Amino acid sequence: MRTTLHPALLMIASLIFAILIAPLFIILGASVSDTSYLTFPPQGFTLQWYSNIFEITAFRTTAITSLQIAFFGTFLALLIGIPAAYALNRFRVRLPSFLSNVFVLPILVPEIVLGFSLMKSITIGLDLPVYTTLLMGHTLLVLPYAVRVVGASLASFDFSVEEAAISLGCPPLKAFLTVVLPNISAGVIAAFILAFITSVNDVSISLFLTGPGVSTLPIQILAHMEQFFDPTIASVSVLLMLLTVGVMAIVEATLGLTFLTK
Amino acid sequence: MTVSLTLDNVTAHYGSTQVLQDLSLAIAAGELVSLLGASGCGKTTTLRLVAGFLEPTSGSIRLGDRDLTRMPAHQRDIGLVFQNYALFPHLSVRDNVAFGLKQRGLGSVERKAKADTMLERVGLSAFAERMPAALSGGQKQRVALARALVIEPPLLMFDEPLSNLDAKLRVDMRVEIRRLQRANGTTSLYVTHDQEEAFSISDRVAIMNAGRIMQLDRPEVLYQRPANSFVARFVGFENLIDMTVTERNGASVKATTPAGASVFLSQDVFGAIPDRFVLAARPDGLAVTRSEDGIPVTLGIRTYLGRAYQYQCMAQSGTYLGNGPLTEPLEPGTAASLVPVPEQCCILPSDA
Repeated sequence: MRTTLHPALLMIASLIFAILIAPLFIILGASVSDTSYLTFPPQGFTLQWYSNIFEITAFRTTAITSLQIAFFGTFLALLIGIPAAYALNRFRVRLPSFLSNVFVLPILVPEIVLGFSLMKSITIGLDLPVYTTLLMGHTLLVLPYAVRVVGASLASFDFSVEEAAISLGCPPLKAFLTVVLPNISAGVIAAFILAFITSVNDVSISLFLTGPGVSTLPIQILAHMEQFFDPTIASVSVLLMLLTVGVMAIVEATLGLTFLTK
Repeated sequence: MTVSLTLDNVTAHYGSTQVLQDLSLAIAAGELVSLLGASGCGKTTTLRLVAGFLEPTSGSIRLGDRDLTRMPAHQRDIGLVFQNYALFPHLSVRDNVAFGLKQRGLGSVERKAKADTMLERVGLSAFAERMPAALSGGQKQRVALARALVIEPPLLMFDEPLSNLDAKLRVDMRVEIRRLQRANGTTSLYVTHDQEEAFSISDRVAIMNAGRIMQLDRPEVLYQRPANSFVARFVGFENLIDMTVTERNGASVKATTPAGASVFLSQDVFGAIPDRFVLAARPDGLAVTRSEDGIPVTLGIRTYLGRAYQYQCMAQSGTYLGNGPLTEPLEPGTAASLVPVPEQCCILPSDA
């Protein structure tokens, strides 16, 4: 049986879809405008703003920093988050219940506050190099995602499977790596993607923790816009959009998009 | 190689709650002993202590000449079968069975050969390549059984292995478990809350309550000669009547209920009868008659059992269940008597 949609429903859905998608077209249009300032609709057509990205070294270096920080920050967060999520699920009965909430706190605290307090305590307090501070900040930023998403995966994992492995002669650490990990790999990948994207997109924390010579792409975009306000910003945005689409396409092809919303 | 399992004065706690109290248990080589009891009685705790997933507060656990008490779980060499099968979801049936062999360092050819032989023994040769998700409950439990057996452990343990299966399959599987256990002569510990399952499969059964073993014996003995009121109630002695001996006349003893009703019991049947005891009887063991002897009762609801009528019987000392002959159905409200059928009754030590 075919379900017919009510015309009003169709209309509202299309409207919301248009509102969501319109800014993206505006950016796409603005990025090819042959003017020295951001404008829409575009006037003329040029790809110079795209080549401009590659001519300004700051974009390239900050993009590399962003990707590095996102990759290592996510990696560190998983390194801390997976064991934490494991312990929280495995020993739920024995651990105090507030403990699982502790790991969500960084989400609840406004990022700007988090950024400021990190700057006060790490950059100024400990006098660590900017890059290290930035990495620590981002690790902290994405840790809740690692704990929560991996935790959700572990919550549906039957720990007697791990006990079965141990009873068959497998040492506990090996049992975790060869039996538990393969069965929560979907959760680990999802956590990685969410954390990675969150880190790459972050402005609030990076704003406080970047410093001389070390900056991230979003901060560079902000800085560039304050100085020039030219369509380069729009073309960078388009490239970032394509990157996101690329990541999502890979997720869709391998795991299915529904997997991220689980 | 068959060895015995010995638990000596094992005490265990969850936090500050004591869950096992000075539990001692000896399972002879090749024997299958069940731990039977309601949830929370400590039976699964006992199994987890032996498996090494819990550590006892005090006491010792020995398997043959090995001291297991503080040994890490993965070194204990025990075959475990879980209630929810606990198969490795990411491995094929064959790799599941071969997992323990791999841990023991066997080469891949030998692993495959042994796993396949074991799969054949449990009738699953055709399923070797399948993933666990593509199996039925009964098949999963066979794989779990094969996986535990293939490492040829000196001790097998079962944690409610059949409770997720339907009734028909449960009976088949327990015969299967018994067959494989007998064939290998593996010492086994079996945990269940199902009395029929425990009695049908075991050499001996330990009935547990509140972290203690109330009685450990052959199923026949538990069923016919429970040692105390708890076990009696557990195996279906629904009538437990406090009695005091008021007269002794040779072998014949006159015993009286708290309400003053008397019955006559023979020490030729029951052996020496103490001055205070509990008379335990299944409904079969209390005959409902219209005679004047016995415990006077007023009949309540009558139910038809096929071989007899069963009556709810209200006496001054309590409400009992007794059976009466099919030839003479009695109406609710009738005054009648309950007379113990000696062969169907037990004399238990008084609880007080």
